[in-house]
Amino acid sequence: MNQAPKPIIQLMGITKQFPGVLANDQINLNIYSGEILALLGENGAGKTTLMNVLAGLYRPNSGRIIINGKEAAFSSPKNAIDHGIGMVHQHFMLVESLSVTENIILSLEKEGLVLPTREVAENIRALSEQYHLKVDSNAAIWQLSVGEQQRVEIMRLLYRGADILILDEPTAVLTPDEAKDLGRILRRMANEGKAIIIITHKLNEVTAFSDRVCVLRSGKAVFTCLTKDTNKKELAQEMVGREVLFQLKKSKCSPGSAVLSVENLQASNDKGLPALRDVSFRVCSGEILGIAGVAGNGQRELAEVLAGLRPASGGRVLVNGEEITNTSPINVINAGVSHVPGDRIGVGLASNLPVSDNLIMKAYRQPPITQGPVVKKKNILAFAKNLIAQFQIKTPSQETPVRLLSGGNQQRLILAREITASQGLIITVYPSRGLDVGATESVRKTLIEQRDIGRAILLISEDLDEIRQLSDRIMVMYEGRVMGILNAEGASIDTIGMMMAGQETKETKENAR
Amino acid sequence: MKIQLIKKTDQKSVISLIIPFVSFLLALLFNAILLIIFGIDPLEAYTVMLKGSLGSSYALSETLVKAIPLMLTGLGVSIAFHMHFWNIGAEGQLAMGGIAAAFVALFLQDTIPPNLLLPAMVIFGGIAGAIWGLIPAALKSTLGVNEILTTLMMNYIAILSVEYLYLGPWRDPQGYGFPGTAKFPESAWLPSLTGRIHYGLIFALVGAVILWLILRFTKLGYEIRLIGENPKAARYSGINIGRNIVIVMLFSGGLAGIAGMAEVSGISRRLYTGLTVGYGYTAIIVAWLANLNPWGVLVVSFLMGALLIGGDQLQVAMQTPAAVAEILQGAILFFMLGGSIFNRYKLKILSGQQNTKAEVEHE
Amino acid sequence: MNEAFIISILVITIRAGASLLYASFGAIITERSGIQNLGVEGIMIVSAAVSFAAAFHSGSAWLGVGAAILTGILLGLIHAVLTITLRAEQVVSGLAMTIFGSGLASFMGQRLGPGNTTMVGLQGPSFERIPIPLLVEIPYIGPSLFNQDILIYILYLIIPTLWFYFYKTRQGLELRAVGENPQAVDAMGINVTRLRFIYTIIGAVFMSLAGAHLSLGYLQGWADNITGGRGWIAIALVIFSTWNPLRAVLGAILFGGINAIQFRMQAAGTTLPSSFLNMLPYIATILVLIFITWTEKFRKRLGTPTALGIPFVREEKR
Repeated sequence: MNQAPKPIIQLMGITKQFPGVLANDQINLNIYSGEILALLGENGAGKTTLMNVLAGLYRPNSGRIIINGKEAAFSSPKNAIDHGIGMVHQHFMLVESLSVTENIILSLEKEGLVLPTREVAENIRALSEQYHLKVDSNAAIWQLSVGEQQRVEIMRLLYRGADILILDEPTAVLTPDEAKDLGRILRRMANEGKAIIIITHKLNEVTAFSDRVCVLRSGKAVFTCLTKDTNKKELAQEMVGREVLFQLKKSKCSPGSAVLSVENLQASNDKGLPALRDVSFRVCSGEILGIAGVAGNGQRELAEVLAGLRPASGGRVLVNGEEITNTSPINVINAGVSHVPGDRIGVGLASNLPVSDNLIMKAYRQPPITQGPVVKKKNILAFAKNLIAQFQIKTPSQETPVRLLSGGNQQRLILAREITASQGLIITVYPSRGLDVGATESVRKTLIEQRDIGRAILLISEDLDEIRQLSDRIMVMYEGRVMGILNAEGASIDTIGMMMAGQETKETKENAR
Repeated sequence: MKIQLIKKTDQKSVISLIIPFVSFLLALLFNAILLIIFGIDPLEAYTVMLKGSLGSSYALSETLVKAIPLMLTGLGVSIAFHMHFWNIGAEGQLAMGGIAAAFVALFLQDTIPPNLLLPAMVIFGGIAGAIWGLIPAALKSTLGVNEILTTLMMNYIAILSVEYLYLGPWRDPQGYGFPGTAKFPESAWLPSLTGRIHYGLIFALVGAVILWLILRFTKLGYEIRLIGENPKAARYSGINIGRNIVIVMLFSGGLAGIAGMAEVSGISRRLYTGLTVGYGYTAIIVAWLANLNPWGVLVVSFLMGALLIGGDQLQVAMQTPAAVAEILQGAILFFMLGGSIFNRYKLKILSGQQNTKAEVEHE
Repeated sequence: MNEAFIISILVITIRAGASLLYASFGAIITERSGIQNLGVEGIMIVSAAVSFAAAFHSGSAWLGVGAAILTGILLGLIHAVLTITLRAEQVVSGLAMTIFGSGLASFMGQRLGPGNTTMVGLQGPSFERIPIPLLVEIPYIGPSLFNQDILIYILYLIIPTLWFYFYKTRQGLELRAVGENPQAVDAMGINVTRLRFIYTIIGAVFMSLAGAHLSLGYLQGWADNITGGRGWIAIALVIFSTWNPLRAVLGAILFGGINAIQFRMQAAGTTLPSSFLNMLPYIATILVLIFITWTEKFRKRLGTPTALGIPFVREEKR
């Protein structure tokens, strides 16, 4: 064999510690030019942390970074960019109120007094042509779609002459078609000699895009290999460290009558643009309806409308035959609807309050917790104790502030609360976001259990695997419209993928029920 | 050597008890330096202040008298702050309470039987303060108007109204040029417990008990805590935030209004310039220093009263402006604010290479 | 209502509005960088006292301005350290500054006169009106705009300079960015902490210039509570102007105008009691606040810096 090419970057023994968690544990990794490397691992495996170290955002507690044979230490992201390393984060580092050009100018070296707007816009146009990156330099960031914003982020790195580009979960917010486009752009950049690193937890991305893959698990690098020399099953095993059941055992679904009926629902998003267009569907007791779709196609707004947190501009929502369109959250709650929100900390919990206070959030208005206007502390504690035991929430005590709990236990808390409060319908949004494999399994099992005892569950998730594992029927949303509803069993992923990308298929014309 | 601030992961700590104490001492020190710059002996000044506020039964009595309006307004402010509703308007709510009480005393003394006059004054005073607090609350809950500015502007309107009244239509015709209303009839005088300490103290204690009960034992208290902690979660759990804002502000304004009533009825027995001297603003410091705890408010009000009386004494005994007390107040608040960071973060001193030990994660 | 009356109102509008505008600029700059400083009133009143005292004892109004600037730097530094380095609650910190400032100013007012006496009623050096030849001849605009003191003329120059700085320079771009998304700015290698420190201090300097103008230009003297809540109106102006310096000019003219009308009507011997007239600015502010909050509901992107009031912390997991 010929001599192995020299790595452009060597990470040696990188260790990073945060309060309460060891994120990177003595990681060694080589990065080569002209190659797309996939950094694979579950949420919390340490991938983003490692790349943040490489990109200069974090300083490692120990370990060395060697670039082109010379040791380097980055004191800041700017430092890293000067060395040619740039990162596109999951949450874009763009200033929404400013224009594309202004955002790019911000990342440049300071020169002169007046803003070089025209010059920069011209350069943007040139780069845009070279790499086939469509970018409108005058637009304000908040006016752009997520895919377009991502292109601005990539543009910014190219403008600064980055040779090593890191992308964190890049396809999380793209449709299958946009993802293919991105793949082409990345391949083009690699062919021009750039080194590309993709952080991902999706096996599909690894096989579709990468030349090499490195698997991280619990902060350690456990497996590195050329992509063509491995397969999804092996990668998945390395990711979780044990045999993964791709299919959760669940009994056949025998649904009852409709618990939730949504008819011709319309609503707008925060920017006043239509988010829900004429959405209609039903969820019956004893079944799980999964709503699939790339994030940003109205799913969040749908959950908010159903929970009473967002007004509907048209259409109806009925629970058990009772109309609850455009009533306040309290009426929705009283109608027996439970909601496990997608934003755990921001909406679902009061992080500085104790576990007990969080557990009674839906139950505090009724006996036994309240009698009249009075809240009985003793009964709160008993209630909490019960739920903690029943749902196995690991917490040092009932008085522990919720922010000290792990993500998995926080989610268990919310599930415990919502399941107890539910009288038939549970709406859950991306329930296993940010959870590790163990917690994810337990959450999903809980949902199936609830379905088996007759609850109606509306599952909204960006994770197609989660949807396919759990749902009895799958509904796909695209740009606020229902593209189709089909039975999960036998649903072809190609069909679902096409609907997610806006392609009308024959299922769009007919609904499964 | 590097100093790093790391977020705390545990709760209890001896540090959080020592910090306020150290902050207080630092404030005293800072103030002492200021005094020296202005040619005043700090030790002498502090001694005078201490003696003048706590050194004799007369001093203690004066301190308590000063503390009463602080207690009432402090309680009112603290319950609003619990919900992160920044009620800067206690001063105005107090003023309106005073106006309402004065109105009853001066103009309804013939329509209301004498033994019902005082209760009427309490009720009118409380309602007036509550309404004054209601307006910004309604604006916030319906239109989302920033409450810091509305409550503040309402202060000025209320203070100027007081001025207008006692200089204008309600001016005492036999005042001999002294600006103010006529003295209230004796049936409108809030009786005293001892010396100058009037029934306002009872109001304050009752207020503290009620507040404590509400916060700890009622649904409303739970909702207030949740709203203050995370309004999005509160809304998600079905709480009507707007309604709660209004209810809480009725309480808050009402307490301040009663403070105003107590002042005009228990101390001055007329409406004049001495009503709006800044209790409402001091109440904010009191509430914050007391960490919004009702009992804490009582204690801190007493200490703050001591500070203010001490300042007055300073003026009398050493011809030093009473404003020194205000400066000290501000300094204490500054140092307390600075120290408050150590409630949330702990200091870590690292030498050269960072040494870390792996910490096991809860799971 | 004759010409002289209108002109006199315009003149006072400009004179009253100047300190409002200085203070608003200070608040806008501070808030655009992401820091909330409610201590405007405190900074203004301390500066008014300091600048008057310095001018009186030195005989030079400019020295008074210098003293005010130093005061602004010092007080701005205190607020910056508290809110940025120590991440204290910004609302409370600003209020503390106001209370501290009022006390300090009152104290100084009683002690900084000759022989440690009061400054009330003293006559000190001040900035007199300087008519600009030719321009002052223009009807209406001439006497109102071009017959003012030097601090106001400096303000005229500051307005376009600030606009240019905000929207046409690199520094201004960074200022606009750091209050919206400090994480992004930090990721681009710009020092967020340093920027916020600088702009908080600069903002405080503007606020102190507002105070200096009160005691050396507009009211020319010292009185207890000389600011009378102007600092708070300046904060209201910031919201009114949606953090845009040019709109702040309009707001300052509006509120200065109300001040002027009230003043003039008092002088003209109106039967309306002065207390009512004094209430006008505050009532007007409330109405304006209601109006813009109400319209903001229908136009979402109205410019509150997104990261306003939230301390910036970098190395935090999650």
